[in-house]
Order: sequence, then structure tokens, then C-alpha cells
Amino acid sequence: MSKKDLGLLILILVVGAVVTAINPRFLSAINLANTSNLVALFGILSIGQAFVIITGGIELSVGSVIALLGTLFIDFIAVREVSWPLAFVLILVLGAVIGFVHGWLITRLKLQPFVVTLCGLLIYRGVARFYTADGTAGFAFGQNFPTLEFLTAGRSYGLPNSFIALIVIAIVMWVVLHRSVFGRYLYAIGKNEEAAKYSGIRTGRVIIAAYVICGVLTALSAIYFAMYTRSISPASHGQFYELYAIAAAVLGGFSLRGGEGSLVGAVLGTVLLQELQNLVNLLGIPSSLNFAVMGGVILIGVLVDQQWGAFRARRRMLEASRRGVAGAPAE
Amino acid sequence: MTSTDTTQPITAPFLSLDAVRKTYPGVVALDRFSMEVRPGEVIGLVGENGAGKSTLMKILGGVTRPDSGTITVDGTAHDALTVEHSIGSGIAFVHQELNLFENLDVAANIFFGREPLRAGPLRLVDRAKLREMVAPLLKRVGANFSADAPVASLSLAQQQMVEIAKALSIKARLVILDEPTSSLPIAETEKLLDVIKGLKAEGISVIFISHRLHEIERVADRVVVLRDGTLAGTLAKDRINHDEMVRLMIGRMLKEREKAGEAARAPGSVALSADAICTSTYPDRPVSIELRRAEILGLAGLVGSGRTELARVLFGIDERLAGSVTLDGKPLNVTSAADAVANGIFLVPEDRKLTGILLDLSIAQNISLPNLPAHARRSLVSVGAELATAEKQKRNLGIKAPSVLTRTGTLSGGNQQKVVLAKWLAMNPKVMILDEPTRGIDIGAKAEIYGLMRALADAGVAVLMISSDMEEVIGVSDRIAVMHEGQISGILDKDDFSQENVLLLAVGKKPKLLQAAGGAQ
Repeated sequence: MSKKDLGLLILILVVGAVVTAINPRFLSAINLANTSNLVALFGILSIGQAFVIITGGIELSVGSVIALLGTLFIDFIAVREVSWPLAFVLILVLGAVIGFVHGWLITRLKLQPFVVTLCGLLIYRGVARFYTADGTAGFAFGQNFPTLEFLTAGRSYGLPNSFIALIVIAIVMWVVLHRSVFGRYLYAIGKNEEAAKYSGIRTGRVIIAAYVICGVLTALSAIYFAMYTRSISPASHGQFYELYAIAAAVLGGFSLRGGEGSLVGAVLGTVLLQELQNLVNLLGIPSSLNFAVMGGVILIGVLVDQQWGAFRARRRMLEASRRGVAGAPAE
Repeated sequence: MTSTDTTQPITAPFLSLDAVRKTYPGVVALDRFSMEVRPGEVIGLVGENGAGKSTLMKILGGVTRPDSGTITVDGTAHDALTVEHSIGSGIAFVHQELNLFENLDVAANIFFGREPLRAGPLRLVDRAKLREMVAPLLKRVGANFSADAPVASLSLAQQQMVEIAKALSIKARLVILDEPTSSLPIAETEKLLDVIKGLKAEGISVIFISHRLHEIERVADRVVVLRDGTLAGTLAKDRINHDEMVRLMIGRMLKEREKAGEAARAPGSVALSADAICTSTYPDRPVSIELRRAEILGLAGLVGSGRTELARVLFGIDERLAGSVTLDGKPLNVTSAADAVANGIFLVPEDRKLTGILLDLSIAQNISLPNLPAHARRSLVSVGAELATAEKQKRNLGIKAPSVLTRTGTLSGGNQQKVVLAKWLAMNPKVMILDEPTRGIDIGAKAEIYGLMRALADAGVAVLMISSDMEEVIGVSDRIAVMHEGQISGILDKDDFSQENVLLLAVGKKPKLLQAAGGAQ
């Protein structure tokens, strides 16, 4: 765990302690379970987003993809009566296809990630609304999918299963991002795509893979969100979720320029965001201020992080000067 | 402010430094340094990287305050200069990295922030007047471009002329040129040297910093040599010569420059052969070239003659529009750098910092990057294997760094270039293409890189070295191919090597004494 992650964890604990002091219900089992479920849902999104951001890209269509794929999933199993495991796989494949198309447009046709995914944001939202004729997708009365419901909304050992899923995904993706050859390529491309290409890396493929990973994880969380809300009005479902994901990654130390950030940071960033949401509810702050609180905290967080970095760099320099190391003469 | 010229005796120095000292934490960057610059004098300033040249420049520019010593400008003594004072006294800089707005035209760049304005509340730029003001300046630097040409469309040498015109526009009395020729091809360098002579004729002093000693030999009235922050020596005009400068710079005689085996070597078999390939820059000019094993083929020519483009096509970065390539006699279809790397064709690119290495990664990470799967088990990077390779390369190439975990961005240019070489040397190259491998690198590191190229060739690798440095091309190559406007205009064998022949071919003329005319289109 890097110092940055540690700082974020401490911040989470401090905020938690303050909220608990004011309203002890924060630590109640039901509140923790609810919050951890939301952390899981948004955390999976943020991890996907992190893989795109590390390449220096951005994925803005996440919220719309959640609406579209969520709608399709419920439609598949509730209306078309596709068996849920098949529907589950289909949705993940669709997520991968969306990610692939985005990656392909960005790397092969040289479109900017912001533009491609902004168009995606508009297109998928529109398609989702058209698909349900602006209606609401939901389950009919008495429709039950016990296994699916257990896996998505159930609990084991008091922990929401979605949260367990997040832990597993986070561990796997941590290894991928921080230990694998592919992860190293992602960092290299984020730092300097051109130099990575000159080192013989097939940068196009790596970037496409990052968007595919983001698409699949988004699809997975779309299913979780669908099973969590159980009814979806495509006009508003998942709106702004891309911003939550981006905010979590940024809080977790990802640079939008690419090449920087840790997976633990992205997860902790999500935790902090959900904690803040929860804080707004528990402390009786008008929920209309929700976004303002989040925006303020992110701004402060990024500011502190940056200033702290500058401070540390300065301290290192002073230390070096005190030790008086005789290196190469400074030119 | 500048009318003092006429009232002072000619011999009074415009600028003099006396016992200037500057220390940085742990380092003495400049010590007991004294020098004088007289009006109309061209001073050559040489020294290896790290010798203190940049510190000196910063002091003259008013950016850095010396710890002690005196700086006398125009007869007035100061402890330190401020930026305003430096500019106000007519000291102008032309940096190696140009400070021009590429999206603006020449005139706008020269008078940026000082545009003549039309009367009226809108404060519009008076374009007619601006052009009028720019014209004489461009004439003085001998510009062959117009005032409304966009800077982006100019060659590097032309851009440097814009910088010099800018210096003249503020009535500069001392122009400091910081490695102006390091990225210029031969013909453009000539133009720049002419501009320096022009400045001198107008009574403007010049400090000319360069690693290319033969240029210094040609224009300098006096040479000041820095070594480890101190004045290693001053050479009067009649004593300026290459060997003397090198001796002062490194404090000993450098062994004979890489002479690449006096006897012509037996050429190896053909490793890479390109047949009538076309680049996107010159789609209608097919190029054929053969790279032989155990040979350094120098590729000379003017900038823009298509050398870099050829390298980029061979390395798979640019698309090959036509023609075919064979490697070891077998057809080879390279459509990406990854393909080239997989086939043992490596490129040390022209722009080290943008494409050669990743400045933010460590030495070890840079070295393992192209060959990461070999440093991994089940797709997971093995840091142990990575460090082992890096340590070995660091030792073999003599990369000077605290450790292989050091960020490459903190290394000197020469050591960065060694990291680029190290990553490829770790992978058994068959064909090694080096594009301006020693640009901006100090003399000591240059010699080491020549040694590495020679060792590669001795090991049977086909080496293609693109270079605009005439001494280097002639000193290092076994054969020299010269490009002119997208085509190979001729190939010189060792017996025909001469600056004149290379230059003639570079401008598309027939060389003299050409015995074996090979490969000419």
C-alpha cells in the first residue's frame, strides 16, 4: 500500500469516526451492509474506469451503458425468459463489445477518447429509452430468481455478496495492474504511448484491451445495479455514474494524464465517496447538497495530495543538500 | 542605453566576469571563473556536460545569483544580474530548444508582446508597421523566408534565424547561442555560421556554445574551456584547434578518435535489404539499400532528405507504401515496431526523450520493456529477472547512475542514450538502426557510444547510423550512403570518404574520385 493509499484510508477512518460521533447509526449493521453494497457496485465501476484512465483515456459512457445493459438484462430474464446464466454471459459479452468498439475507434481511427465515449453516453442512453419506449423495465409480480438474487443482493457471513465479489475482482485486477506484463504495458503507455510503441509494444491492442476490461466490469456492475434497484427507468438509471467512477479513480491517485495510480486507491476512493453520500444522509444535510459535498471533498483531497507531494519533494531536496552528496555537478 | 558603444575605447570589454562562484547543494557548479567578452568578439565556449556551462548561462541571464564574484556589464560592476537587467543590457539568448510559437508567423514571433499598435481603443496590431520593422531584421540574419511565413513551416535553422532576429530586435549587444547547431544538418549549419560572422561584423559579441569543435574552430576569436566548474583554459585565435580543445575539456589527450579500423574490412553478407521502398514523405522516390553484417553503414544527408523516414519505415513505425524488404534473404513484412523488434530489427530513435525512453520509468523498467515476456513467469513480471538484466547492462555499458531503479529522466543525455542502447543490446540485435545517436551528448559519452557501435558490428550486427555530424559519419562508418531529397544519391567506400564528397552527394551533385558507384539511383 502506497503512502497515498494510506493517507486516503486514514481520511476514510477519520470521516467515519466523526460521523459516528455525531450519529452512531453509521456503524449499525444495516447501514454498514447497505453502504458496503453500494461501495461494491460503484467499486467495480471504478476499477474498470481506472484501467482506461491509466492509459490516459477516459470512459464517459459508463452511466448510459449501465442503463442500457441493465434494461436489456431485466428484459432478457423477465420478459424474454432467457435463462439468467445465459443472459448474464450475454450482457458481459455486450459490455466487452462496447469496450472493443470504443477502443477500436480510439486506436485505429484515432478519435479522442473523450469524443468517442461522449457519443457513447448519448447513444446508449437514447437506445435504452427507445428500447423500453421510455417505460420502466422491471420484474412482473411474483417473478423470482433465487440463485441470481442471492448472488447479487444476498449476503454471506453478514457481508453482502456483491462486496465479496468486489474484493475478489479487486485482488485479481490488482495483480493484473500491478504485477502482470499487461499492467506494465498499461503504465508505460500511459506515461508515453509513443515511446512504448518504439519499444515494440503493440500499444493499440493494449489500449483496446483496457477498454474491453472497462466494458466487461461495467456490464457486471450493470447487472448488480439492475438486481439492486429491480426496476429501471432508462431515462435516469445510472446517470452521472461515470463521474462517480472517474472521481473515485482521481481521489485514489489516478492522473487523468495517464500512467499513474493504484488499484487500492481506486477502491478506497469509492469507499470515501460512498461514505460521503452516507454522511449527507445520516447528518441530515439536505440531499440536494449531495453533489456539492462530494465535489468539495474531491477538490480538497486533490489539492492536499498535490501540495503534500510538493512539500515532500522540497523536503527531499533540503535533505539532500544537508547530506551534501557529491554527485555530478549540477549544470 | 546602447549609445555607449562609440564613447568607449574598442578594447573595453562589454562584459567581464571576475572570480564568479556558484554552488548548489553538494556541488560546486562554478568556481573562480573569470572571462571577458569584447564588442564584436566571438567566444567559443566548450566543456563537457556538467562542466558548468548551463550555470554560467543562468548567471548571465539573471536567473541564478552567484555566491560571490563580480559581473561587470558595460563598465558597471554588479554582484548579480537580474533578468530585467540582463535583457536591458542587451544580452540575448538563443537556446537549443527554441522558444517560438509554432502557430504564429515569423513577424508575430519576433515582436511578440511588443507589437506596434494602431491608434484607437481596440489596440489592434499594426500589421503593416510590424512587417516594416521585421524586414530589416530578417535581412540582417540573411533570412530566405518571408515575415508572414508560419514558424511551423520553417526548418530548424530558419527558426534559429528567427530567434536571432528576435535578439537583434531588442538591440542585443551580446548574443549567446546555446548549442545552436546540434540539430542542424551540414548546409544549414553553414548558414548559421555566416549569421554569426554577420553579427560580429556589426560589432555584436557572440558566445557560441557547441559540442561540434570544428565549427568553433571556424568562427571563434577565442575559446574558453570549462572543466568541472573551473576555467580549464583560454585559447587565443591562433591556438584554437580540435585536439587542444579536447585536451583542455577532459584534462588529458583523448585517444585517437574512433578510426574504425584503418584497413577496409571485408564486408559481411547482406542482413537487411530494402528494395524500392517508398515512404509517405517521398511517395514517388523509391529507395533501395542493403545493410551488411559486421558493418557500420553511415547514412548522411541534409535534414529532410528522408533518412529518418527511411528508418521509421524499416522499423515499422511508418507505413511502407511500396517495395519489399528481406531479412537474411527471406521476405519480411514489418507493419509495426513490434514486428520489427520480433525480428531483431531495433531502432535508437532521433528523439531520445520523446520516443527513445520513458523518462518516468526506472532504468531497469526501460531496459526490460521491449522484452518483458522474457522477464515474466505466467505473465507476471519477475522483478528479480528484470533487475538482473538491468544490472548486467548497466555494468556492460557503464551507465552512470546510483542504481538501476533510478528514474531515467534524472540521467544525463549520454546515460539516457546508453539506456536506449542497453534495452536493445539485451536482446541480440540483428539489425541496429541509430538515428543521430550522439546528438546533444558530451564527448566522453560519444566515444563510448562509438565504441559500442563498433563492438556491435564486430559481433556481426548490421548497423545503420544516421548522422548529420560530418566528423562522426566519416570517423565511424565503414561505408557511407548519402540521401538527397528522398533518394540515395550515392554510396561511398572508405577510400572515397571526404567531407567534400559527402557534401556534394548531399546536395545532389556528383562526388569526386568516386571509384565504385554503388546503389545510386
